[in-house]
Amino acid sequence: MWYQSQSFRRTTQIVLLTFAILALMGAGDDESRFQGLGHRMMCVCGCGQILLECNHVGCQYSDRMRSELLAALDRGDNDDLITQAFVQKYGTTVIAAPTTTGFNRLAWIMPFLALVLGLVTTALIVREWKDRPAPATPAGVVPVTGSELETFRRQAREETEL
Amino acid sequence: MSQIGSFALLLALALSAYAFFAGIAALAREGPESERLGETARRAGIATFAAVLLAAVVLVMAAFADDFSIAYIFHHSNRDLPGPYKFATLWSGQEGSLLFWSLLLASYGLVLRLRHKTDQRLFAYASVIIAAVQIFFLLLLNFAAHPFAIMQGQLPADGNGLNPLLQYPEMVIHPPMLYLGYVGFTIPFAFALGALIMRYPGEKWIHITRRWTMVTWGFLTIGIFLGAHWAYSVLGWGGYWGWDPVENASLMPWLTGTAFLHSVMMQEKRGMLKIWNMWLIFATFGLSIFGTFLTRSGVVSSVHAFAQSAIGNWFVAFLAVIAVTCTYCFFKNKSHLRSEHKLESLVSRESSFLFNNLLLLLACFTVLWGTLFPILSQLVQGTKVTVGPPFFNKVNVPVALLLLLLTAVGPLLAWRKTSLESLKRNFLWPTMGAASVAIALLVLGVRPWRDVSYFYSLMTITLSALVAFTVISEFLRGGRVIADKTGRTLPASMIRLWHRNTRRYGGYIVHFGVVVVMIGLAGSAFNQDKEKEMGYGDQLTIGPYQLVCRSYTQDSKPNYESEWAVINVYKNGQPLTTMYPERRFYRASQQTSTMVANRSTIQEDLYIVYEGLNQDTGRPIIKVHLNPLVMLIWLGLLVMVFGTITALIPNAAPVRATVPARVRAAPVGVED
Repeated sequence: MWYQSQSFRRTTQIVLLTFAILALMGAGDDESRFQGLGHRMMCVCGCGQILLECNHVGCQYSDRMRSELLAALDRGDNDDLITQAFVQKYGTTVIAAPTTTGFNRLAWIMPFLALVLGLVTTALIVREWKDRPAPATPAGVVPVTGSELETFRRQAREETEL
Repeated sequence: MSQIGSFALLLALALSAYAFFAGIAALAREGPESERLGETARRAGIATFAAVLLAAVVLVMAAFADDFSIAYIFHHSNRDLPGPYKFATLWSGQEGSLLFWSLLLASYGLVLRLRHKTDQRLFAYASVIIAAVQIFFLLLLNFAAHPFAIMQGQLPADGNGLNPLLQYPEMVIHPPMLYLGYVGFTIPFAFALGALIMRYPGEKWIHITRRWTMVTWGFLTIGIFLGAHWAYSVLGWGGYWGWDPVENASLMPWLTGTAFLHSVMMQEKRGMLKIWNMWLIFATFGLSIFGTFLTRSGVVSSVHAFAQSAIGNWFVAFLAVIAVTCTYCFFKNKSHLRSEHKLESLVSRESSFLFNNLLLLLACFTVLWGTLFPILSQLVQGTKVTVGPPFFNKVNVPVALLLLLLTAVGPLLAWRKTSLESLKRNFLWPTMGAASVAIALLVLGVRPWRDVSYFYSLMTITLSALVAFTVISEFLRGGRVIADKTGRTLPASMIRLWHRNTRRYGGYIVHFGVVVVMIGLAGSAFNQDKEKEMGYGDQLTIGPYQLVCRSYTQDSKPNYESEWAVINVYKNGQPLTTMYPERRFYRASQQTSTMVANRSTIQEDLYIVYEGLNQDTGRPIIKVHLNPLVMLIWLGLLVMVFGTITALIPNAAPVRATVPARVRAAPVGVED
């Protein structure tokens, strides 16, 4: 098969490598890490806003938290360490989205499970509908099929187009 | 004054109870006596409207009269509150908004009961169900959240005032629109449940409720967008949608309502999805009540905390009653809901509606799941987690993109079966147009591999273009046929085309509005913001704009004190305008509020927030956001509303296509 050929695989590898390099270019600088981490955390003052979007002047928390985030980046801490430090200090609610560990993983899995369940259900419905016997035709009426049906449909479309 | 209001509410409860019980008794029997009883029940329902209206008028009058002997007026108004906000006091707090809900339900009920001759028996069933819902709200108003409760002790000289966040012009219309949407879904629900109970033959109930559903959906859409615009203009964080639980509560019935509006066409045209539609409308109504429960109960933390109280248990009980009633009626009458037709092909309009419903329901589920997960986590792990924008965006953006794709594909598929030739013919130009847009965006510098938000933005705009081109091609194709046959001009033919099938082409206009909104949302990937302490003459540059602080000052008004800055704006070195970001302190409620200065153009919004004075230096801190394409979101709403209105207009004339029927001669004696 064409997709098993060596040239296809090589091209795919080159394309993927190019995308990976482009994606990694510029990643990791402190400003983008500050923005990334700051948008993955919540301000804990009760405003319900993302840390970097909290705009309450005199907010007891957001200014201090931003300073702590900058300090941690200056120290060279990695993202996981910074996140853990914030969780220890401010509690689990400081993280803006559930983690992908333990019970919290369920938060991420369920939408995909729902999608799969929905697709399976839809497939079953479609199969049931397709297997259903066609409705009975009134006596004396010859069902129109095939190219003749297409002709009538085209004619109806052209004459009404609604 | 409070006694009149209290009496009106008690009277309304008694009238609703009569409308409910007498209505049931009349439906249970037959004959002239039961007809007369049914008529008294209908009139009691009409009288309920008068009683609830009286209660609402009394509350508004009390607000204008500064009658602080009524606790609700004391807590939500004050003497210096401007007139329109005094009027809005009606829906500014818990008790008032429940009264407002009851008033809207009574108004919808009034229209329904006045139009009862359309189908007396079906309308009688719907009237009884509406009376049941009304009883719940009137019980709440009379016994749990009384709007006319009297202040204890010495009469206060002035009220606490309205929450500053609500003192914004849109707050005078946002809640009514949202409530018209929430409450309005009671009507299709009542018709659906009534049709199920009486095993109503045919799909006439769908025809009757179609306009109700569209009007309701339109109000909910306007309400949601006005809420987003309010958040954008008042909360001052530069965004319009924060996936707050209460925002989510309004989105969920909108998603199921949208699914219902689509799938109901399958039932009308093909006699399919009867069970599905029944449950969709049950779910939509249930989610409307659930949304109110979320807002009121305080089970989830929200920026709408001003509305919380302890009436959550009432809503839980009511939700349970709804679930049990719907389930019982469904299983009792399930056999009545058999589909009539078979699916002929996967490549058909029917399939596209199935997948459209699947995706809308998936989006609704993820919103519900994300909203409730913190509670689940607390129950299971003992710790609360936050489910914020990163979760909702990650999960819902791909679903929204798939929905956009279906919006493009669905209308081009024929009912029953679509041939490959027709697919090619219909999709060629729209696909080429969309591909050109994608290439243009890449040339203009959108680099989807740099950030996932750029990728989503590119995909959103490309798929939006695909939808827009399919809508345009549908109008052009139909218009050309009419132009060829009638000799009219193409624009006149396209208007004629729309007038022949307003529902379909109004729907396309709504789709076009959705496209405009989606492009506006896609702009958020390119948002920029900067924050700076700005003294006299200090400058800040963002994008092509240079901002210079000319002055900052303070002022005192009867209702509030304010601080604001005067900012001169230059674009590419040329003077453009002067903007006045402001921060207010409301004396009565002792709360602050932001008044954003926003210069909005199609291209971008220059959004300036006065964050406050630095206490050490005495200089203002200014935050500036440059948000591209935001105006398209609000323009898209206008297009959606226009489309909804045009879809409600009756068709000009029924379309008739004459095709000779081929009837085989019946054999002799076949009729015997």
